[in-house]
Amino acid sequence: MVKQGVVPDALNKPFFDAANEGRLVVQCCTACDRLCFPPRPACDLCGSGDNMTWREVSGRGTIYNYGVVYDCPVASLKENLPFNLAAVQLVEDPGILMFSHLPGTPADEVPVGAAVQVIFEETANGQKVPEWQVVT
Amino acid sequence: MTTQMAPESMYRSTEGLGVWPHRGKVAAVGIGHSPTARRWDGRPETSVGAQSILACRNAIEDAGVNPAEVDGIVLVPVTTTGAHWDADTPIPMDVVNAFNPTDDPLDGVGQLSAEWLLKNMPELTNVKFTMYAPGCMSAAITVAAQAVGDGLASTCLVLKGWHNLEGRYNHGGISAANEVPGAFALSPGRTLWGAPGCYGTALQFAQYCTKYGKHHDMMAPFMENSRRNGLLFPEGYWAQHRPEQLPPEDYLNSRWIAKPANLFDNDIPIMASAAYLFTTADRAQHMAQKPVYILGHASSRGTPRSITPTLEEVEAETDSTGRKIYEAAGITPDDLSFENMYDGFAQFHQFHVEGLRYRGMQRGDALDFYQTDISIEGPNPILPSGGNIGSGRSRFWMHTDCIQQIQGRAGARTVTGVKPEVAVSGGPMPLGGNFTVWSATPN
Repeated sequence: MVKQGVVPDALNKPFFDAANEGRLVVQCCTACDRLCFPPRPACDLCGSGDNMTWREVSGRGTIYNYGVVYDCPVASLKENLPFNLAAVQLVEDPGILMFSHLPGTPADEVPVGAAVQVIFEETANGQKVPEWQVVT
Repeated sequence: MTTQMAPESMYRSTEGLGVWPHRGKVAAVGIGHSPTARRWDGRPETSVGAQSILACRNAIEDAGVNPAEVDGIVLVPVTTTGAHWDADTPIPMDVVNAFNPTDDPLDGVGQLSAEWLLKNMPELTNVKFTMYAPGCMSAAITVAAQAVGDGLASTCLVLKGWHNLEGRYNHGGISAANEVPGAFALSPGRTLWGAPGCYGTALQFAQYCTKYGKHHDMMAPFMENSRRNGLLFPEGYWAQHRPEQLPPEDYLNSRWIAKPANLFDNDIPIMASAAYLFTTADRAQHMAQKPVYILGHASSRGTPRSITPTLEEVEAETDSTGRKIYEAAGITPDDLSFENMYDGFAQFHQFHVEGLRYRGMQRGDALDFYQTDISIEGPNPILPSGGNIGSGRSRFWMHTDCIQQIQGRAGARTVTGVKPEVAVSGGPMPLGGNFTVWSATPN
């Protein structure tokens, strides 16, 4: 399941650079000690962009819940239908979610609440993105 | 006249604002609809511009006012259902020649400006106030109610038009690209992860079912009821073009889009325009239809913390919206005769009605409630308009129904198990929407 290539911009480049290095980082407002994802110019709590840094996280999470995609607008993914699309919560902060196709988990056999571990998967242009696998 | 987008100060988006200062002083009187169509057939007379003119004229006539009395217009300039006019395709010349143009050739075809409307409705000779609202009719109603209450207009048209073109939207463009910008890859957009439009709602619904022990099959009575009500809505798409009931077996056997959301959980995109005529409560006494008074309006401005709203965020926001609605209108849940909250996607609706505490509902109750008598004949009508599910994606059926029910003009769709006195409508999203309370009396 090869995803579309990704072209980072200035705001999210640290996230994607870290992914290429096999590390998961998310923004953190050091004033609020609050993680922020997806990347944004300012903290969603205090509204300031002055204290936004990048923090490496463990790459462990749990499955919040999921849907099974049967009708997909993205041309390159249609040959993979149906596929899982889960939301993963980071263990460091369950309020932070990331999407995952849960590679290795058959469609609609998703263990909601199960532990997952990040992996890094190449997209069509070689840029890596985080993916998540159920911990067995 | 330069038309501005309504300022945020016109909305009531926080709790604690008290009763709406113009409670009962603004009324809806006239209703105007265009015919519906699945997509534009390319003819001038069926363009979104022509449909919108027709809707406005119908609303004016319905209210029994002289067009020269109209002094305000609030409309939504964006008309797309998701389909955009191909920039390389010229506008058909018969369409170009049929209307008075503005500087933008897409005006009246793929968007709608106040300038275009006024150029093509010469009978509106006295319009001094125009304003735009974002998104859908729910926002336009809020802005128009506030504008009339504030004295910016005294006889105000409220307009929303939709255009729909050939093809499946969101399947071209960036969805077909080999590469996407990083922001698209991380956002809840439709690229990289392949999420169809209903995915976010399906995810919330999946969590709802997990949390409360419910199942998608429990939506069937709601869907059947919505289509039934929609087929009793002569202005609607299904009633006009596909008069088919939606029995549970058809609903449950439909193909999945993003399980647990199937085809019918998605509203069908259509072309249609609707307009209302709002005025002051005093002026409304002298118009042709019974005034329906606006007791209050409230808005949601919630945003998700991360990539997509969670059930917990949706529940917190719709709880807050419910409190704001009742606070603005000075009523309690017990005062509601019926509700017409948003439903397109179908799986939005339980979040809204639970947030309202409609008929005493608590979190997790709605799908059980759907198994009881929710018909227009019963004491607990759910979505008597049929909503988007019952009449196609316009996001205005629920407002029209509230007005018609309270005016006693809902025809075969009339609620008979309750006396239609106070109703609420609005949407669209649980996080981000605008809501109005309508009443048969000003107090």
